Amino acid sequence: MTAPTDQQLIDFVIRETRLIDQHRFEEWLDLFAEDGFYWMPLEWGQTDPRLTTSLMYEDKLLLKIRVERLKGNRTFSQKPKSRCHHVLQTPQVDSRNEALNEYVTWTPMHYVETRLDQQDLYAAWATHTLAVVDGALKIKLKRVDIVNCDAAFGNIQLFM
Amino acid sequence: MARYRGNLEAIKGLVRETEVHRDVYIDEEVFQLEMEHVFANTWAYVGHDSQVAKPGDYYGTTIGTQPILMVRHTDNTVKVLHNRCPHKGTRITTESCGNTGKFFRCPYHAWSFKTDGSLLAIPLKKGYENTGVEQSHAGRGMSPVKHVHNYRGFVFAKLNDVGPGFEEFFGDSLSSFDNMVDRSPAGRLEVAGGVLRYMHNCNWKMLVENQTDTCHPMVAHESSAGTAIEVWKNAPPGAKKPMAVEIYAPFMAPYEFFENMGIRVWPNGHGHTGVHHSIHSDYSAVPGYFEKMTEAHGEERAKAILGENRHNTVYFPNIMIKGPIQLVRVFKPIAANKTLVESWTFRLVDAPDMLLERTLMYNRLINAPTSVVGHDDLEMYERAQEGLHVDANQWVNLQRLYDPSEIPDTTAVTNGTTEWQMRNQFRAWSKFMTMSM
Repeated sequence: MTAPTDQQLIDFVIRETRLIDQHRFEEWLDLFAEDGFYWMPLEWGQTDPRLTTSLMYEDKLLLKIRVERLKGNRTFSQKPKSRCHHVLQTPQVDSRNEALNEYVTWTPMHYVETRLDQQDLYAAWATHTLAVVDGALKIKLKRVDIVNCDAAFGNIQLFM
Repeated sequence: MARYRGNLEAIKGLVRETEVHRDVYIDEEVFQLEMEHVFANTWAYVGHDSQVAKPGDYYGTTIGTQPILMVRHTDNTVKVLHNRCPHKGTRITTESCGNTGKFFRCPYHAWSFKTDGSLLAIPLKKGYENTGVEQSHAGRGMSPVKHVHNYRGFVFAKLNDVGPGFEEFFGDSLSSFDNMVDRSPAGRLEVAGGVLRYMHNCNWKMLVENQTDTCHPMVAHESSAGTAIEVWKNAPPGAKKPMAVEIYAPFMAPYEFFENMGIRVWPNGHGHTGVHHSIHSDYSAVPGYFEKMTEAHGEERAKAILGENRHNTVYFPNIMIKGPIQLVRVFKPIAANKTLVESWTFRLVDAPDMLLERTLMYNRLINAPTSVVGHDDLEMYERAQEGLHVDANQWVNLQRLYDPSEIPDTTAVTNGTTEWQMRNQFRAWSKFMTMSM
């Protein structure tokens, strides 16, 4: 792949959430570039992940810890396991910069996470910053802005 | 039918020397009595004065379940007021925090109040002429909380007149706050980074007890901290250990580490883990920080301040602080089975940004609703909240390293895996619960 088409960007984002919903977490992790980040801001319109607290701001190592933990025999908060479900609007391609190898999409979504008798619904916008690495699209940054990001939540155990 | 209200003996019977009755966690009537007594007779944490830096700045919060607000008055002192309009009850603060200028103005009927709560003006006042409104509750303005103390920026308040004074209540335990503030080269802290709010379906005291429970990390957090260690083992040889692994790994330290760290108990239910060392002792040095501290305090004093690495300090009834990483957690009771956990972070004024960066990373890895360590703990609390409904055994055990000669309400240093601090909290609970009954 040299420069991805808009449709390829859209397909990538849709497949990304499908892998989460199907608990194919290792394949999902492979979608991240080695220096990729997953960011879930705490503040409305947050610009700084370093000196402002976030719900999550994790590199691939921390994401891998999460993925390994979900499988763990003594991960009691996952006995029984959580399940999740994404409903996406069609991703919109916000910008394409072939010279910088940077493509940004914006995707409004509803996310449901459930465990035992509890089911929680979140509304959010996902912003994907993607790049072509070794011929394949990879995530440089997945930013998830929850509409009520500053509300008091219970456990959010999987990935939006 | 009331089983506990007006029944002092029943309340006293809930706390025994080494066990407590499950009703302290699951009974709504006991919860209501806690709000009226435990949270009114003790010095509750309100907030930090950097949240109300300028005159007119306000911040709305709760003591127990009572809505209050903290405000910087025109004379630059910090006042604590009950957060309702004395007229019809409308909450006065329009947002959780902001600046109200020189006075509060109720958005319902435009009654206005100075920032010490006193009545400033009522529109169309002639309608109250000869009605005696001056003698009414409404005419006296917003009710202030009388007992307020600002300790090095940390603001506390006591709702009732009964109960000990500030110094008597905290005593030597204030040394943990001192260490947190002294870590700033300027001797000042500022709330920074934003507060993490995490809803827990369990009783508030389960969280407080967990803070000095040193026999759970290597068990409950094997899933998170243990996995972090395993994943890091695959790192390329010679790779620098990242900050996140430095934060996670000590949770898996062996029992001996926690036994040797020591626990100190103080009177009135306060106490701390990490007398000799803690999970925060071996963090990498932050470039430029020690030099700043030496400049401010001299080398010897700087070393003494930074050598003190207390783990968790519990202030009865419902907060925990971590001096070495400038974190305050507030366990806000909502119902017998519901608690809002707020985790606040602070900037050491005049210290390198990297310290705040580490504090924020700790907070999001450990205390966020998205934190895997948080998931480990909450699962245990919720299982306990459910399991305590078993009628066959109605008692929770607090016996670990109990010695029948243990002196109540004293200062002592002992083995880091003792449950003495939990017993200390419940002795204080009994004392402050029954003090005004």
